[in-house]
Amino acid sequence: MSAVMKPLRNIGIIGYGAYIPVYRLPATEISELWRDGQDNLFLPVKQKSVPGKDEDTITMSIEAAQNALKRAQIDATKIRAIWIGSESHPYAVKPSGTVVAQVLGIVPDILSADMEFACKAGTEAMQAASAFVGSGMGDYALAIGMDTAQGRPGDALEYTAAAGGAAYIIGPAEESLAILEGSYSFVTDTPDFFRRAYQHYPEHGNRFTGDPAYFKHITGSVTKLLEGLNLEPSDFAAAVFHQPNSKFPQKIAKQLGFTSEQIKHGLLAPYIGNTYAGASPLGLTDVLDYSKPGDRVLIASFGSGAGSDAFSFIVTDKIKDAVKRAPLTQDYIGRSIKIDYSRYARWRKKINR
Amino acid sequence: MDIPRYWRLKDQRYRLQGKKCLDCGNLSFPPRLVCPKCKSRNYEKYFFIGKGTVYSHTTIYQAPDRFDHIAPYSVGLIDLEEGVRITAQFTDVPAEELKIGMKVEMVIRQIYEDGPKGPILYGYKFRPVISV
Repeated sequence: MSAVMKPLRNIGIIGYGAYIPVYRLPATEISELWRDGQDNLFLPVKQKSVPGKDEDTITMSIEAAQNALKRAQIDATKIRAIWIGSESHPYAVKPSGTVVAQVLGIVPDILSADMEFACKAGTEAMQAASAFVGSGMGDYALAIGMDTAQGRPGDALEYTAAAGGAAYIIGPAEESLAILEGSYSFVTDTPDFFRRAYQHYPEHGNRFTGDPAYFKHITGSVTKLLEGLNLEPSDFAAAVFHQPNSKFPQKIAKQLGFTSEQIKHGLLAPYIGNTYAGASPLGLTDVLDYSKPGDRVLIASFGSGAGSDAFSFIVTDKIKDAVKRAPLTQDYIGRSIKIDYSRYARWRKKINR
Repeated sequence: MDIPRYWRLKDQRYRLQGKKCLDCGNLSFPPRLVCPKCKSRNYEKYFFIGKGTVYSHTTIYQAPDRFDHIAPYSVGLIDLEEGVRITAQFTDVPAEELKIGMKVEMVIRQIYEDGPKGPILYGYKFRPVISV
């Protein structure tokens, strides 16, 4: 078996920050419009978050990163890399990371690139940041997972395609509020979901998205991580799994041996939908908001195409002060303005004047 | 907005970069070449914190072409904590909930897209305070 991934230098999370737009579209609005409410009893989420007319992956990444900086309390100019994982970068060609870095005042002595791997682009950025700091190339790196996902009108994904995400500042273990124990990445060529160039909406492989994609890859990354670290599910205080809907994360948790108590924090899909590359990183910010020193926390992403990154962190006593320095994930979930389908259609440019 | 201006003003738009007079301490935004108070040209950069209160507000229904896609939207005058009054758009707040004296904070949002092929302009707007 391949070894667990761990950098030579011990590293961890020194700051984290969430962002979720304020607007919510109830799933019943979509159901009433396209299915006459016939599926009202089987909706995949209660509602989803919708970005405002002036929001995109860049603006949302800025606020999440500002929250992460408030918690990290470092000289921001010491951040030497910024990676933003998203499938909704505002430009096809022009990096999101340079705008975010300019706003944060951390240019020009910094490495920047955008990442794409469907819903796991955010944890991919975390892997890169861990390796960057772990190798000693820099003391701090900023990893962001953020999306303003689009679903085709009337498609099953329209119920869940949402907006939000989280930012992490990775740094040396001795400054960390959660120290990385190890990670494991698991990837195969799987055509479960894709969007071709110049297409506005993605295509999905219907039933193919379950067992051969989501369940196989998360099972792969988590099982190998736990074997490599010689851990059992019961060793964890909390676990976060990618959440394309309310059901999948609860089912994978049960299959892998985690209890509903272990996933009660961080299971945000029912209230905000699937924030794609932001989903599992945002689940982790919620878990960290409620964590105690000594807690062991698992995060496992899933991205179509397909792959999963799993990480194990141990929370330190630095969490106690850090939590209070920026808005909680639940603060963002709690501030909600409901909109109807017509506003959603206009704001998301499904109809134009 | 043309690309040179977009590039030149980015720190004003992104970080509320103004100027502080080194002779009398007067703060200005947008930055000025000559201090309006003591006429000094001796200045340093100053980044405003981005918190303030609403001095006045109004809502635009008939918008210029570039802002048509977000109309109706609210704009107003904001008194920054440092004592400088600026104009800006409001965001994430329904017009009927905006009040004079309301505490607001800066966020970075899209101001407009310069057509389907041009650059996207980002800059400050203000919303009711949520940060801690």
